[in-house]
Formats: sequence, structure tokens, C-alpha cells
Amino acid sequence: MAEMDEIQEMFFDECGELLEGLANGLRQMDQPGYDKETVHAVFRAVHSIKGGAAAFGLNDLVTFAHRFETVLDLLRSDRLEADPALMSIMHRSSDCLADLVTAARQSSEPDHAQREALLTELDRIMADGGDDDAIEFTPMVIDIGALDGEDPQPGLAGQAGFNIHFIPDGDLYRSGNEPAALFLALAKLGEAEIRVDSDFVPPLSDWSEDQPQLRWTIVLHTDCPADEIAEIFEFVEDCCELHVTPLTAEPDGPPEPDEISDSAPGDIPEPAQINPPEPAQTDSAKPSRPAAPGGDSGATIRVSLARVDRLMNMIGELVIKEAMLAQVIQTAGMSEDPDVLAGLDAIGQLAGDIQESVMAIRAQPLKLVFQRMHRIVREAADATGKQVSLITVGEETEVDKTMIERLIDPLTHMIRNSVDHGLEDGETRQARGKPAEGRITLSAAHRSGRVQIEVSDDGGGINRPKVREIAEERGLIAPGASLNPAEIDQLLFMPGFSSKTEVSALSGRGVGLDVVRREIMDLGGRVMIHSEIGQGTTFSIALPLTLAVLEGMLIQLCGETMVLPINAVQETMRANPSILHGVGQDGRLLSNRGDLIPIIDLAGEFGLRDSPATIEGGVLIVIEADNQKRSALLVDGIIDQRQVVIKSLEENYGHVPGVSAATILGDGKIALIIDPEEVVRTSSGDHDRAVPAAAAQG
Amino acid sequence: MLQSMSHNTVGKSDVVAFKLAEQDFCIDIGLVREIRGWSPTTTLPHAPDYVKGVINLRGSVVTVVDLSARLGFGATTPSQRHVVIIAMHEERVVGLLADLVSDIVTVNDGSIQPVPDIALTHAREFITGMITFDDGQILRKIDLSQVLPIAREETA
Repeated sequence: MAEMDEIQEMFFDECGELLEGLANGLRQMDQPGYDKETVHAVFRAVHSIKGGAAAFGLNDLVTFAHRFETVLDLLRSDRLEADPALMSIMHRSSDCLADLVTAARQSSEPDHAQREALLTELDRIMADGGDDDAIEFTPMVIDIGALDGEDPQPGLAGQAGFNIHFIPDGDLYRSGNEPAALFLALAKLGEAEIRVDSDFVPPLSDWSEDQPQLRWTIVLHTDCPADEIAEIFEFVEDCCELHVTPLTAEPDGPPEPDEISDSAPGDIPEPAQINPPEPAQTDSAKPSRPAAPGGDSGATIRVSLARVDRLMNMIGELVIKEAMLAQVIQTAGMSEDPDVLAGLDAIGQLAGDIQESVMAIRAQPLKLVFQRMHRIVREAADATGKQVSLITVGEETEVDKTMIERLIDPLTHMIRNSVDHGLEDGETRQARGKPAEGRITLSAAHRSGRVQIEVSDDGGGINRPKVREIAEERGLIAPGASLNPAEIDQLLFMPGFSSKTEVSALSGRGVGLDVVRREIMDLGGRVMIHSEIGQGTTFSIALPLTLAVLEGMLIQLCGETMVLPINAVQETMRANPSILHGVGQDGRLLSNRGDLIPIIDLAGEFGLRDSPATIEGGVLIVIEADNQKRSALLVDGIIDQRQVVIKSLEENYGHVPGVSAATILGDGKIALIIDPEEVVRTSSGDHDRAVPAAAAQG
Repeated sequence: MLQSMSHNTVGKSDVVAFKLAEQDFCIDIGLVREIRGWSPTTTLPHAPDYVKGVINLRGSVVTVVDLSARLGFGATTPSQRHVVIIAMHEERVVGLLADLVSDIVTVNDGSIQPVPDIALTHAREFITGMITFDDGQILRKIDLSQVLPIAREETA
């Protein structure tokens, strides 16, 4: 049974890829003059999902995929036109299919109402597009078209029978199928005349035992609908040529060679891609199919994440050991030896290269997240009644896989926020001389060792007086506090700020932008906001490339070495008495170019020292925390700046206030990584996250 | 002295015996991963006094608990002679600082007695049973889950 689960899990994995291909293809079809191959690819994606679902008995999925596929088939045979109305239904069907897959994977109940509504729509389309030419019978049309078994149309159900041409290819025999068994099954449907056609058997000299030569023609007299025949051949349909024509109709010449290239339901999806394949590549079972352009160079294997992570851990170890070795060699006084030096250097280089390569394995294109956002925009637009288009730029930008997963929530929220609050409604837009359709641009790019993601809308910009009013109302700022525009914009990130008075169905789910900010900070990134009245608003997220490694500043504190994430550090300075000011008994401030910054005694904060340290002689590190509030950390000294491998502290111990994780230094000792945000929070005596009135001081 | 046996039979179990403040303790051998010499730890801020800090165990961060302090015998001043018993409780790895590991002993389940009521010391809550031997030796069996630092209690 476990094996079955594993196979099913593989199927779901593949479904994910197929669904992405599907959504992608549908978007291409939104553009006029799309490639015909796209429709085929989209069709194949749905068909493969249906096939797999049938093999696992996921009936909801099969039923829906079946109808969806039918309409797609009408599209690909040009009997329907991909107009915006139809495409909208196609998009929603694709979303619904994704939901059904998720529901099946989690064994939960899908949204039946939504599915039923879509099924009705699909049936309507089928009725419109499918009944005008019953003569053109391709195998799939019979499977699904006007002769749909669940709703046989009068006049067609009473067929006297079918003419079946059956040309098996080698794969049929290789996969252990037996034509005789198929014929027996056919014979059960009615009276079957089976003729074998040996005309294509070559002379013995040309004989190839790999290639079956016999063909069959079956005349089946039956009242059964065509899809019962299709059912019989269901498991072999992609390893044979099959033409089924009703007896009353003229067979319209030799039909085109079987184009239906799909995984048969019995096919186990091959575990062969780590990256989402092009939709055209889903057909790995058919070697005869021409490879997609560049397809052969993109050969991939599917590897469990745990293995990659293990490799990553071991390489982290290697890097540490290498540093330890270098230290030992130095203490042994051998660092003068050029051979030793060269060898050590080479190892260091190699370790670095390996580390980079493994990180590259974990890296995945942001496409995986960006593609989901199309759906979010679609749904958000529906919910708000606005017209919105989403433009994605740079979706090939790669970031760590873990990061991808953790970006979905914040980005979803930001996109919803942009649709709901950023964009004006159509009328307002037109009154302002903008196109009625709002535009949201989601872009990503690598910028100096970081990943920059931007969500921008062309809406009205932040209504600052309104924001200010709300913030005052909620007591987030003191009334009449003097704030510059950037500071007002920052209020959006305050906990407890939500600009809509009524909780809107869409973004008002009790999560504010403060949560987005927190999630991004947890990923080691930061969020910035830029808004122009009447022009729109841009949220920029800057993220590190990976979560496993952190660029840190090594500091000295009471004989311990600690690491401060460099992304928090603004500047460092010697604690010169001339820039220090006392406030009350213990309060101390640093005056830095006119700003007064509170000083936090880190050793005292961590309980490493009983008596308050003398500031003089120490080093002050100015950091920026939530809401751009700045603080200066007092430490004993700065040792170095380097990349450190992040190790979990919570795994074996638990959370330590003010510490986010640990790392292992060159000498094998553990150093704690400071969480500057938390240090600032705890030092100000605020244990929860709400920092009311913080912005007012800022 | 205690009798060692390498094989294991029904009704018997192996324990690692160690000394703490001149008393004999033991822990189920199935929980023990390895025994190491003492190495300096990295202090954890805001940690309870019985948490000595963390060490690097082949790439994992492992907390070291000063058993003597935990059981109320007073803090240990660790030296090269002290040992750290690396034990695993569910998914957590923990190091237990002890004075020395004395032996591996096979005990009959029958010889494990509950802790007598008279023992009102702090240590009692960390001991699941007493193992008696014919020569008058007594081993106190440690309850690892009680000894572990509870992360939550020091977060607030």
C-alpha cells in the first residue's frame, strides 16, 4: 500500500507541473495569434491529469477533467473560438481543476458548487460547439464529444454500430496488452466481425520482430454509445492507432495519424523532472515524438528535497572543516609552506564551488510563485468587480526553493492588497483619464547578490491624509505628529492598521501588511514602499538568495563571538564620549547627524554581564528594526564579516530571546546569530509585536 | 563491583551508569548516542542555570545540561575529566554533563524499585526508579524527559 501511496504522490507532483503548464498555456491563448501547439499542450495536460486520476479512482477529478478536455478538444479542432468569454471559463476551469487536485491530494472535500457551475458552463459550450459536425470523428471526439455517454443525444445514441480500425504498435505488445482480450471485450458489446488485415506484412527478408505488422478491422453491431468502445481501448490508446467511425457515416478517408499523445491512465508518471517540464514534454512514453526544442539538453531527474538538504548540510560541514584546517595549519606554523598554502587554497575554492552548485540545485525560478498570482489577480478582480491585468517580468529569476514556498503567502497578500486598495474602480480610472483596466506588474530581478521583487500598480497611490487619519484614530500615532510622506507610507505596515473600515471579503482577513513585512523579514529580506499620487504604488522586496547562508558581522561580546545579520546593520562607530548623551539613570543615547538613537547594551540584554558596561571603548552598531526605528547595539568589538551557515537552535533546544539561530565558526565553536528585531523589541520592554506610537518617534 | 553483561534477554535491560556528586545514576542505554569528553560550550542567553550552553556535535547544535545543577547538587565546574553523555529523547538531542561514566550494566526488571516516598529531595522528580544490587550498590535511574530543559519556560 505504501508503494501505491508513493506512486500517487508522484502523480500529484506531476499534476502540479501539468497544472502549471496548463495555466501557462491558457495565458498564451489569451493573446491573439497564439501557437496551435499551445492548444495541444493544454489539452494534453488536462488529459494526462484525467488519465492519472482515473488510475487512482479519483472520480471527481476524472469527471471534471473529462468535460474540460472535451471543450479543449473543440478548441483545438477549431470548432470553438478562443474568445475572451470562453477563455475566462477556461481559466476558471483550470483553477477548479487545480482545486480538485489539491482536494484529492489532501483527501478533503472540494467546492462542489463552484465545480457544478463550471460543469454547466462547459456543457453549454459543448452543446454550442460540438453538435454541428457529427461526421468528423476523431477518436477523442467519440470519447467525449456529442456522444457523451452521460447525455447521449437523440438520434446518435441509436447507432447501429461502429467501424473500428485498430493498428497496434510495438508498445502495445511490449506493455503486455493482448489484442485478443480487447476483441473479446468488444464482442461483449454486440456482434463483432473481426477481420485481420495482413496486407502490410512485409516479405520475410524485411521482417522486424519489433514491429507488429497485423492490423484489424472490426465491424461492431451494437447499440452502445461510442465511449464504451473508447473505454475498452482506454489503456492502449496511446500505443495504437485507433479509428472508430459510426457505421452510418462515411469514413472520411484515412484519418490523420494518431495525434493523441497522452499518458495512458495506467501509465505511471515517470519520476523524471525536477523542474516543471514544458507541457509538450509530458509525453515521455513516446520516444517517436520529436523532442521539444532543447528538450534533450534539459534532461532532469526528480530528487527528494531531503537528499539535497543532506548534501547541503554536509557541504556546510566541509566548509567549516576547511576553515578549521586552515586555522590548525596556521597555528602549527605551516602556513609559510607554499605547497600547503596552494593545497588549502584549492580545497577552499572547491568547497565554495560545491556549495554554490548545491545551492543552484535548490534554486528554482520564481515562475512557480508568479504563475499562481495570475489566479489571485483573477479572483481578486472578480471579487472587487474591477478589471485587472497582471504583467509578470523576470519570472525566470531563481531563488532558493524554501524561499519560493514562503513567498507565496506574502505575495498573495500584496497582490490582493494592490487589487483591493491600490487600484481604483473602472469609473474612477476613466474619469482620471486612465484605461478602465487596472494594471499590476510583478517583477523580479537579481540585484547585487539579492533578489528584488516588486509589486506595482497603476492606481491612485497612497491616500496619505486618509492613512494618517486612520492611524490617529487607531492610536497608532499621536494626533498631529509630524510625519513626512515616507513615514506615513510606513504606517501601512503597522500592526493593527487596515485602511478599510469594513472588513472586505478580499484582503481583510485579519492579516495586514504588517504580517507581510514580518514574513519577509523572517526570510532575511526587507520591504520598501514607494507611492506617487495618481501614479500608483510600488512595494519592493529585497531578499537574500538563500536561507541556508547568511552574510553576518562577527562581533565580540564578553568573550563570546556572535553574529549580527548584515542586512540589519546601517553603520558602525567607536563609542566616542562626544556623541553620547545620558538620559536619566541608565538611558543612553547616541547622537548621529542630528538623530538621537537609543543605545542597547547587548551584553546586559543577554544577561552576560551583571553590571552595566562602560560605553567608552566599545563599538556601537546602528541597526534598523521594524518601522525604521533605529537603535545602536553596544558590543565589545567587531571581528570580521563573513558568510555563515545557519543552524537551527530550536531543533534541540528552543527559542532564545534575541537569538534567531546559531552557526559554527572556523574553530568548531558555536556562535549565536542575533535577531536584531527581537533585541530591540525586548529591550524596549515590549514583548508583543505591537509598538504603538513607535512611528511617531521615528 | 557491578557486574557487566553484554547480551540482552527478556526481562533485562542495559543501562549506562555514571556518577554525579558521589552518587550513582544510570540512564537507559537505548537513549544514549555517544559519550564525549567535556568541551567548552557557547553560553545561551536567558537560559536556566542548569543549561551549560551549546556545543557543536558534527554540525548539529546540541544543548548541554549540567545534571548536577539540574538535580540540585550545585553547579559543576567542568574540567577535562568531565564527560558529556549525548542522549536522544524523541527527536531532541541533548548532552548530559556528568562526573564520569562508570559502567554499562544489565539490570533485571525485577530489581527496579519505585522511588521510596521518604525521599523528599528535589532530585526525586527526575528519578524514575532505584536499582538495587546484592552488594548494596544502588543506581538511580534518570528520567530523561524530566531532565531536558523546557524551552518555553525561559522564553517569557
